[in-house]
Amino acid sequence: MAVLDQNLNQAALTQLARREHYTFFGLTLPYLVLVGAMIIIPIGWLFFLSFVGRDGSFSFENYERMINSKAYIRIFLTTFKISILTTFFCALLGYPLAYFMSQISRKWANICMIGVLIPFWTSLLVRTYAWLVLLQKKGLVNSVAVDLGLISEPIKFVHNTSGTLIGMVHIMLPFLILPLYANMRAIDPHCVKAASSLGATPTRAFWTVFFPLSIPGLLAGLLIVFVLCLGFYVTPAVLGGGKVIMAAMKISSNIELYFSWGAASALGVVLLVVTMLILFIASKLVSLDQFGQRS
Amino acid sequence: MADSSLNISINDVTKTYGDFHALKDVSLEVTSGEFLTLLGPSGSGKTTLLMVLAGFTSPDYGSVKFGDEEVILKPPHLRGIGMVFQNYALFPHMNVVENVGYPQKLRGISKEDTRESVENALATVKLDGLGHRRVDELSGGQRQRVALARAIVFQPKILLMDEPLSALDKKLREEMQIELRQLHDSLNMTTVYVTHDQKEALTMSDRIAVINDGQLMQLGTPNEIYRRPNNAFIADFIGESSSLPATVKNGIASIGSAKLKGAQKLEKDGNFLLVIRPEKLFIATKKSRDANHFEGVVEDSIFQGESQLMVIKLDPQNYGEQSLRLRLPNGSAQDDELPGIGEKVTLGLKVADSYFVEAANGGA
Repeated sequence: MAVLDQNLNQAALTQLARREHYTFFGLTLPYLVLVGAMIIIPIGWLFFLSFVGRDGSFSFENYERMINSKAYIRIFLTTFKISILTTFFCALLGYPLAYFMSQISRKWANICMIGVLIPFWTSLLVRTYAWLVLLQKKGLVNSVAVDLGLISEPIKFVHNTSGTLIGMVHIMLPFLILPLYANMRAIDPHCVKAASSLGATPTRAFWTVFFPLSIPGLLAGLLIVFVLCLGFYVTPAVLGGGKVIMAAMKISSNIELYFSWGAASALGVVLLVVTMLILFIASKLVSLDQFGQRS
Repeated sequence: MADSSLNISINDVTKTYGDFHALKDVSLEVTSGEFLTLLGPSGSGKTTLLMVLAGFTSPDYGSVKFGDEEVILKPPHLRGIGMVFQNYALFPHMNVVENVGYPQKLRGISKEDTRESVENALATVKLDGLGHRRVDELSGGQRQRVALARAIVFQPKILLMDEPLSALDKKLREEMQIELRQLHDSLNMTTVYVTHDQKEALTMSDRIAVINDGQLMQLGTPNEIYRRPNNAFIADFIGESSSLPATVKNGIASIGSAKLKGAQKLEKDGNFLLVIRPEKLFIATKKSRDANHFEGVVEDSIFQGESQLMVIKLDPQNYGEQSLRLRLPNGSAQDDELPGIGEKVTLGLKVADSYFVEAANGGA
């Protein structure tokens, strides 16, 4: 019998494993460089700038202003209010649609999905101005409603919170529907059937089985929408007509009007920290793949 | 557990999807307390029939009665049946106890009573002590048991099972077959069980309903179905078999010039198939009057553990291009006596085991 050689081919196999390691590292390298150059360094620079005062020295004045100035607090409140409301209405409109899409055949669901995605492929600016055209005082919605006698006076839809909300909900809706629909499709339809065979009415089966199983997708969608809303610029700027000022708009005006990079950076840093905080809390509340596995 | 089980009467149930007949005028009586298996290949309509019983599929027309009560218009949640799904359909957001307690919670049963019934159900399926496990921490066999416990915890009178063992490995599946059967005997529920596995059906059932192309082909005990198949499809589908095309004229069957004796009376002339079970064939040392005989050459001989499978190529002059499978139990002394490949053998088939079915249209 041959003597068992413990180290048979060991060196060659180790080398093979190492080479595989290097290959994978090499493949991720371009992205790592990109992230480093385009994200980490600029954010670091912003962070640094936010601590530079008007006279060029190190100071907290950019942050102090945010706490002391009523205007800034109002901007933060507006930002959160618009973001929360947009997220809420997206859920209200998106959940039933995603549910409907998850229940019909894949063929029809794909057609619906194209309907959801077409606006997604059109320029954000175009869609926002389209809403302006539709909703303004002499726009399509108001003139039709007046002609039909539904209203006597045109309703003020735009240049206020409602206009901002309408536009933002429309733009954010796909971000909610995509993860939610994917999650709902993965729910085993037999689970709902099992519930009803065990005695659950359709409503009861929905609330005790389907809805809990869709929560991870819903949370993922809500989170994406909310975080995107926090930093949103174009739509509130156009449809809010200067009356709805969100954080991103203040950042822009700080730079364009006041050339105050420090103030803008501080706002950006606060926005980033808040966003990361929300993501952190959300990840603690529910691990997003908790129910991902099908039984 | 249940006070009394219910019989199920299925009458003229028909379901079409466009041009496709999933079920064609199926009528079937399941007696109370019976274990009835719907057996058929995939796409035969057996699952559709089960879904009609459960209330998930509405037939085009037909009637389903549980006892004396017509249930065809009743939604699933009012039918009071226990159901086990193919992939178990356990609720992944609930642990074992919550899954099993779910039907009790729906029925507004008190916490103590629910706890007791859940414990009983888990004990029945031999899962005591795993109540607080999450579903994804369980093995396939354990999930299967949880699904079963959930289906029987509210003591339904009818239990439906849709290929519940198909995801398990062979050994576990065979254990579970016997366990499920014992469980059925102790629970006294009318059980309708769907499977495509003929061996499983033979092992577990009181009666088997063979379904193909949306039609009920034969209804009978496993023994009847195996020994006296109604037609060529069932003969081929249930168990191992070879078949030889034979012609019947004036009540006498023959293959070529050789006359065959059969177990049944043949009243019709035409093309028939002689159904030959491999384990019923034997190697004949001398011809006897109570058997049919076939001459051939050993083409292949395969050791399969508990038995030896041999393929015998029949003498082409008498039978055309035909071969038969012969299965011999692996006795201790036989090994040396088995004919080798290429050797001539005479096979015997007892007249009592010689059974004919009508050949399907278009010949053998």
